[in-house]
Amino acid sequence: MNPLLDDPSLGEFFRLNGLPQPQPHVRLDDYWQGLAWQQRDLGGWTLDSLADALVSFMAARNDPAGSPVRLCSLQILAGQAKDGTPETQDLNFLPGDVVCIVGPTGSGKSRLLADIECLAQGDTPSRRRVLVNGLEPDPEWRFSSEARLVAQITQNMNFVMDLCVGDFLCLHAESRRLDDPRAAADRVLAAAVDMAGEPFAAGTPLTQLSGGQSRALMIADAALLSPKPIVLIDEIENAGVDRNRALRLFVEKGKIVLLSTHDPLLALSGSRRLVIRNGAIAKVVEASPEDRRYAEELARLDRGMATLREAIRRGQAPAEVWPGLGF
Amino acid sequence: MKLITLAGPPSSGKTSIAIRTLQLLREEGLRAGVVKFDCLTGRDGERYRAAGLPVLSGISGNACPDHFFVSNIVDCAAWGHEQGLDLLLSESAGLCNRCAPHIRGLYAVCVLDNLAGVDTPFKIGPMLKTADLVVITKADIVSQAEREVFAHRVRQVNRKARILFANGITGQGAWEIGQLWRDAAEDDELTGGRLRFSLPSAVCSYCFGQTKIGHEFQRGVVRRIEIPGLETGGEQEQAQ
Repeated sequence: MNPLLDDPSLGEFFRLNGLPQPQPHVRLDDYWQGLAWQQRDLGGWTLDSLADALVSFMAARNDPAGSPVRLCSLQILAGQAKDGTPETQDLNFLPGDVVCIVGPTGSGKSRLLADIECLAQGDTPSRRRVLVNGLEPDPEWRFSSEARLVAQITQNMNFVMDLCVGDFLCLHAESRRLDDPRAAADRVLAAAVDMAGEPFAAGTPLTQLSGGQSRALMIADAALLSPKPIVLIDEIENAGVDRNRALRLFVEKGKIVLLSTHDPLLALSGSRRLVIRNGAIAKVVEASPEDRRYAEELARLDRGMATLREAIRRGQAPAEVWPGLGF
Repeated sequence: MKLITLAGPPSSGKTSIAIRTLQLLREEGLRAGVVKFDCLTGRDGERYRAAGLPVLSGISGNACPDHFFVSNIVDCAAWGHEQGLDLLLSESAGLCNRCAPHIRGLYAVCVLDNLAGVDTPFKIGPMLKTADLVVITKADIVSQAEREVFAHRVRQVNRKARILFANGITGQGAWEIGQLWRDAAEDDELTGGRLRFSLPSAVCSYCFGQTKIGHEFQRGVVRRIEIPGLETGGEQEQAQ
């Protein structure tokens, strides 16, 4: 194997490995011959190991991480409660479904999310089985995190990388091998700013984002850039994120969203809600027209809260924007 | 007996992952033990003992830990056989990232944590590049996007390895790791076997205990940093 080192994306390979950039139109053998022995010695390189490293680098680019299947349905076959009582109902989710999971702390909401994450096959405490497109999933998927179908957003997550928002999103877009990573990054940023309430820019360092901005960026990225067809959300806290807009973004992208929440606005915004009790799905409630009216009213109140929050931060009196309380 | 090498930067979660996984395998009836190679002092031996796993601890002290590993692994494996182990895990911290303890034909695992920078997979070197399984820890506290980018970076360096996210505190992922370890190769051919990557020659005076600073105290192969505009005596020299 003696490839031409002309691909512009290889520049990053040589940079990251601390090797000199190849001259134009040079082949690997000639590049190797031109390296001083100190440069070869630096990474413990041999011609073979360098060729192999190049193949790895290109393979990651040409074969982007993605979902192993096109997800048409996700089924959860009934398992059992903590005391062994069987669950009564199988569930079937379709792309665009937003399913809310409610129940007291410790009731088993996280267990349900974890069963879906690991594509449980009757081998978790709940004994539930998860089917993908009506079939038992390929067991191999359990042993490769990149083959997993699930993206997660939890309250414990933070951005930790020392990069600015724009560069980070580009890196994520490049890992998906999108044709125009910069444009994809811009779309995610725009969607995130739209949700966050408080604007931030491509040049803002990830680690300086506020709680609400981080959450908005995680949501926009999971909706627009992540290849995972299922999104598991463990509570989107009310940190100034427009939660309805966040859910709409997932629905538009055809994701299946499972959302564990204590927030009535979110709980009523789904197409269905699962009530968890003692480790089992005790009740499945389809959203009624009345639920939707409640959700709309709560959303209106939520917007009022946002306006009030903004006004108070600007130094205004609450009655200036929300006189209706009538004190 | 299966012999598995487990390597990764200090504090990446190697011991926690190992304990979680080996406990599950023990429940499945496998007799598992550990040899832990440390450079200075280490208390991981106690953690393994507290978890009820037979353990052998080695401190490399003045020697390079990977040299120490390769000079001792045959005897450690003999100890494992004597103990009647089905699986011996050799855990060592990668210190300078130049070397790797991985052995051709035996299952090789690298543990990295997701809090490390995006370029870290390129800095880790052969213990990542030559691994069969890459376990990424601490991913529960970073964003999904960072997980995906980090996994991609790992794949850019090692396209053949399996990548698994695992949590040493909750034990999530340990079952999957255990199933992979169950299928690891036996250690029959250790003597005469080969490391996957060469270990560097340690032949400067500091390798032999010199502590004084300055050109006149340097012997053997000395590599000089290149400083623009400053004559440092070339990139490499044979000091007398």
